[in-house]
Parts: sequence; C-alpha cells; structure tokens
Amino acid sequence: MPAEPLTGADIVIKALVDQGVDVVFGYPGGAVLPIYDALFKQNSLRHILVRQEGGAVHAAEGYARSTGRVGVVLVTSGPGATNAVTGLTDALMDSVPIVCLTGQVPTHLIGNDAFQEADTTGITRPCTKHNYLVKNVSELARTLHEAFYVAKSGRPGPVVVDLPKDVLFAPGPYCAPEEVRHKSYRPQLRPDPARIAEAVEMIGRAKRPLFYGGGGLINSGPEACARFAELVRLTDAPCTLTLMGLGAFPAADPHFLGMVGMHGTYEANLAMHGCDLMVAVGSRFDDRVTGRLNAFSPGSKKIHIDIDPSSINKNVRVDLPIIGDVGEAMSAILGAGPTALRSSDGAARAEWWRAIEGWRARDCLHYDKSRRGLIKPQYAIERLYALTRDRDVYITTEVGQHQMWAAQFFKFEEPYRWMTSGGLGTMGYGLPAAVGVQIAHPDALVIDIAGEASVLMNIQEMSTVAQYRLPVKIFIINNQYMGMVRQWQELLHGGRYSESYTAALPDFVKLADAFGAVGRRVEDPAELDDAIREMLAIDRAVILDVAVDPAENCFPMIPSGAAHNEMLLGPEDEAEKPVSEEGMVLV
Amino acid sequence: MIDIERHTIAVLVDNEPGILARVVGLFSGRGYNIESLTVAEVDRANGLSRITVVTSGTRMIIEQIKAQLSRLVPVHKVHDLTDEGPFVEREMALIKVAGKGESRIESLRLADIFRARVVDSTTESFVFEMTGSSEKLNAFITLMEPLGLVEVSRTGAAAISRGPASFSLARLPTV
Repeated sequence: MPAEPLTGADIVIKALVDQGVDVVFGYPGGAVLPIYDALFKQNSLRHILVRQEGGAVHAAEGYARSTGRVGVVLVTSGPGATNAVTGLTDALMDSVPIVCLTGQVPTHLIGNDAFQEADTTGITRPCTKHNYLVKNVSELARTLHEAFYVAKSGRPGPVVVDLPKDVLFAPGPYCAPEEVRHKSYRPQLRPDPARIAEAVEMIGRAKRPLFYGGGGLINSGPEACARFAELVRLTDAPCTLTLMGLGAFPAADPHFLGMVGMHGTYEANLAMHGCDLMVAVGSRFDDRVTGRLNAFSPGSKKIHIDIDPSSINKNVRVDLPIIGDVGEAMSAILGAGPTALRSSDGAARAEWWRAIEGWRARDCLHYDKSRRGLIKPQYAIERLYALTRDRDVYITTEVGQHQMWAAQFFKFEEPYRWMTSGGLGTMGYGLPAAVGVQIAHPDALVIDIAGEASVLMNIQEMSTVAQYRLPVKIFIINNQYMGMVRQWQELLHGGRYSESYTAALPDFVKLADAFGAVGRRVEDPAELDDAIREMLAIDRAVILDVAVDPAENCFPMIPSGAAHNEMLLGPEDEAEKPVSEEGMVLV
Repeated sequence: MIDIERHTIAVLVDNEPGILARVVGLFSGRGYNIESLTVAEVDRANGLSRITVVTSGTRMIIEQIKAQLSRLVPVHKVHDLTDEGPFVEREMALIKVAGKGESRIESLRLADIFRARVVDSTTESFVFEMTGSSEKLNAFITLMEPLGLVEVSRTGAAAISRGPASFSLARLPTV
C-alpha cells in the first residue's frame, strides 16, 4: 500500500505504464492539466506533442499499425475531443486499436454548457468501438484497463475514456490489469471445427480457387500472415489482397496477383470474377472491392473467415461463414494436412493458372512513358520503390491518386509496413501517421507518399517533425490538382474541373525550410533518381516535391456501378465505356 | 420482390448510462426500422436491463441487426424470439375516451368485450387500461376513434419465450 493515495491523474499514468504503454500522442488543455502535471513528474511514459489533436490520433494509428500495439492519445475536453473525431472514425473503419483519453469539465458542470464542454461520449458513440465517461475515481483504474482490453480484443478499434477534471484530482484506489475482467465482452477466437472441416473439403475440391486477404490478417499479426502464406503456397492457389491487407502476403511471390478492387489489377479482379471458390480471410467485401454487387463473382462458392460476425453476409451472401481469429483459422485449416488441401484435379488447376497468366500478360499497370520531359507519377513511385528496396522501409500515404499508385507500384513483402487510410479515406492521414511510425521505429526509413492537396490538410505536423528531429521523408506527388477528384470530374462530369485545381500552392521547398527540414523540388525525369538518392542520404526530415504530369489518371479502374469484368484499363477505354447513371450516384 | 420480415428481438444489456442511446443510435445510424422498443431493468443484482425491439427488414438485414447488436460491448445476449420458437408478446395501452351519452356507454360496452379495465373515470371520460397483442390494441383503438378517442399511450411490446427455458439469468459470470 502506498503511503500517499494516488490521485486520478496518477492512476491514469500508472494504468498506462502497467498496460505497457511507452508513448502517448497528445495536446494539453485545461481539463487534462492534472494528467500533464503527473506526466511531468515521471520518466516511464514519453509524450509526443502534436500540433492538432487530429494529428495525435493519426500518429497513434501509425504507431499502432506499424507495431501491432495499442496507440494512445491524450487530448483535452471540448475542441480537443471534437478535433479527434475524424481520427477516431478513421481508426474505427480500419480497425486500429486506439485508446483515446479525453479531458472533460468537472462532473458538477457536465450539462451546463461549461467552457470547453462537449458531449464527448455522445459525439464519439458512433465513431468508437466503445466509450466510457468515468464519473467516479473508484471506477477509473478498472475502466482504463477495460478500455485497453476492448481496444485490442476481437476486431480492434478505438475506445474513448472521458475523464472529468475533478476525477483526475480525487484520490482513489488502483487495481492492476490482471485483476480486471470484462463482464461480457469475449470475442470468439476459436473457429468451429466442423466448419473448418467443411472449408478444407471445399478448398480441396475447388478447380479455380482464390484467396482474398484483408486487413484482418495484419491485425491478427505476422504469425497469422505467415500461416496464410503457407496455406496459399500449399494449395498453389492465386492470392489477392485488399488495400488494407497489403503486406499480409509477399508481393514478390508468384501466387500474388496484386491488389483487388476499384484500382486493383486486371488479373486480381478477373480472378475474383471467374473463381469457383473464394476464400475471404479478414476482409469485408467492401464496396471498393466488390464493384456492382449483383455481378460480383457470380460463379463462386464463398468462404468468409472473420472475427466480427457482423461482417458476415453484410454485403455479399457467403456459403460458409467461419467466425474466429484468422490466425487460428489458418492453423486449423493447415492442420488438415497437404493431401486434403491440395487440388485433386491438377489439369483444372493448370488451366486456371493459364487463364490468370493470360490476364497478367495484359500488363494492366503499364502507363504511357512517352511524354518526354514530364515525370509520370507511376514512374516516381516505381523509382522510389527501386531505390529503397534494400532499406528497412515503412510507407504511409495520404488519400487519392497517389495512394492508389503507391498501392500498385510499391511492393510489400511483410505486414506492418504499409499505413494508409482505407475505409474512411482521410486526406491528411499520411504525415501524422508517419510521425507515429517514426516514433515507433526511430532508425527505420519512413516515407509519406503524399499528394500536394492532402499533405496540406495536416501540414502543421511538420512542426512536430521538427521538435522531435524525426527524419521522415515526405514524397509529394505534385500534380497541382486534387487528382482523384479531377479524374472523376473527367470521367463523370464532362471535364468540368470544379474547384479541384489548387491555384495557390505553397513553395514546398521554402515550407520545408521554415520547419527546419530540407526541401527539394524535381521536375525532370532524368533528375528524379538523384533527387531520391539525395533525399535518402539526408538524415533529417525532407520534403521532396515531385512535379508530375498533371493530366495522368489512375488505371486500371472499375468505375462505380460496374462489375469486375468491366474494368477500364487505360485512357483508351474511357470513351468506349461510359459510366451508368446508377454508377454516377455512387461514391 | 423482397420479403420483409417482422422480428421481435430481446437484448440483455448492462444497465449503464448511454446504453439505450447506443442501441437507438445503431438503428438510426444504419437505417434500420424500429416498430417498437421497450426497456427496463430486469435484474437489479447483476445490473441488467432488457430491451425488446420489434423491427422489420429482409432476412439479411435482420441478421445484420442481430450481429450489430451483439457487437456492442455492453450487450450480453441477443435473442431473436421470432426465430427461436413460440413466444408470448404483449403490449399495454392507456386509452382515453371523452364524451357523453350513447357513445360513452358504447365505449364501456366494447371495453368489456375486449377485457379492458377502467382505471379512471369522470362523468365525461374514461381511461381504459388494456393489455394484449399489438393487433388487439390496434383493433380496440380503431373502435374507440368514433366514440371520442382523445389520447393513447402505449408501452410497446414486451416479449418472452414460451416454456421453461430462460436466458435472462443463466451463465452470467460474476466479477
């Protein structure tokens, strides 16, 4: 028993330390001053001061997604909490484990429209996995431990703990994490053996199987990814990944068909369309993946392995749902042994691979390299990939064309290396996420592949980069447009580029300089390699502003409302296949 | 044609602040229907409330509703009474009818037929209390309309499975 009782703020620090937290991303304010005071008096926790609370959540997401651990955020009441909402929603959509501590006005003022008061639990209810308002210090330690348990168990997600200021001052009891057990929340981890047996049988029988892995594999961990890869190789089946799943299966492996979906590869999408068995593993049949639902993979049986029962039959009716941790499910399926899993019909499998090789031969990621004098955005990312292959590299992105090109042209061989905003599509994600990744991996090469429009949405985090001397590299694919908006305006709105051109972009070289970083601009394809090499050689933060062809569009593309076999492969397809009216209303 | 099904779902939840907002927010946020919803504490010792929600949708939507409800952290159990065998569903209504003369007598006569109880009366009004299926309540209320119906208060459906099986109190771990 400690001589002096702990205050609420002390309990917060102790609970975080006992949860194994080493870093907190935050921004102080009136309601959380007691916690900042307690932070000041200790050395176990490192606090990273961001420049806006939204940046804190994205940084924690970057930290979490690159380590597999829970990211922790600390913000004040009112605007501190409301600024965090976009990041929380982002983390919910992409299943990122986050614990976000928000300050709150003292309990006796709640509901009085007090200064910097917001109904934080009310506002964050739909954008968190769960949230708590701690009204009594006796509940504080238990609630904090429970928050970590909920954030990382089952399908991970963000959890908010709202902390009124008087609770932070009040003395209260502490309990250790192992003394806390949640009353009812127990996600099912072990898959049903009968269904596993059925899956094994379906896999062994399939003539044209396809594995379709998603972010759930990354969340389950490197071990789950390794077992997934083992299963794909053992069955000699093709494999595709979602945007969130990149890295779950090595891109260099010939079984990998590339990313699936709206900007996925021709071979991945046609394999999805033509397979007779689809094994979805930790993926959720998102609308960016399925295209038009009534034409989605019409001839296949579908197995769906997911830890979240609400993902089953949400968009696409599946034949065999398996609830459980994907890693456990992979082990259970592998347990059946090679004889049961390998195809009995070698000829059919060979024919399936021949079809796939035919699609591959279309070389769907080709782009017109002929326009001399202009850097093609695809080329910029190809060169970035080629020149960083021998490095310990982590990639974050913003949202838009550059994000899709990064997903297509940067190859990932292992999990935790690719941080992007998939579900919510949050512009401004990449720079703060890179901050979080670099904090978690101080010696690694961390690159934010950015667009010039997105990066401006959280450009204030350059100041965080400066404060902690983070050597992050910001690789801006600068086409002066909100490129994806412009692309859709070209395809769907008669080329009327309403408000998608940025007329007054900053000078990114001077901007870098202002934040104590190194800025460079490159416009000539012949100078690109040297510019990238120089960026990599500098052991400080660098903004490399790559001026690219402003007219380039992102292909291949499944337009909204179209099916997988109605892909546009390049500009030459645009005129031939106009987008349907139903497609236009889709996002 | 898409088949719309009507389901009565019982949800056992921790009786904590905000739980009703979570459930209602889930329905509104995801565009599900609520035909009726009732909630009250049913187990004080374990701090549990029971929510009975009557909803409608396609089979796929109904399955989604149950999965989404189960996903809420303070939810202990979700039971689809419509799917799980015979169950009893009852609703209570208080129905105020104002008037004099023949219509007043007629309302009392009908109330007797429907086994509604008079819980308040003045010389120019009755308040009837009536319990039964929602359909029966609807029928009675429709009959009262021409007889001076002025106000209705309904509880929404409460429901429970038939037979000895129970899910309210079984297998709750004590912390």
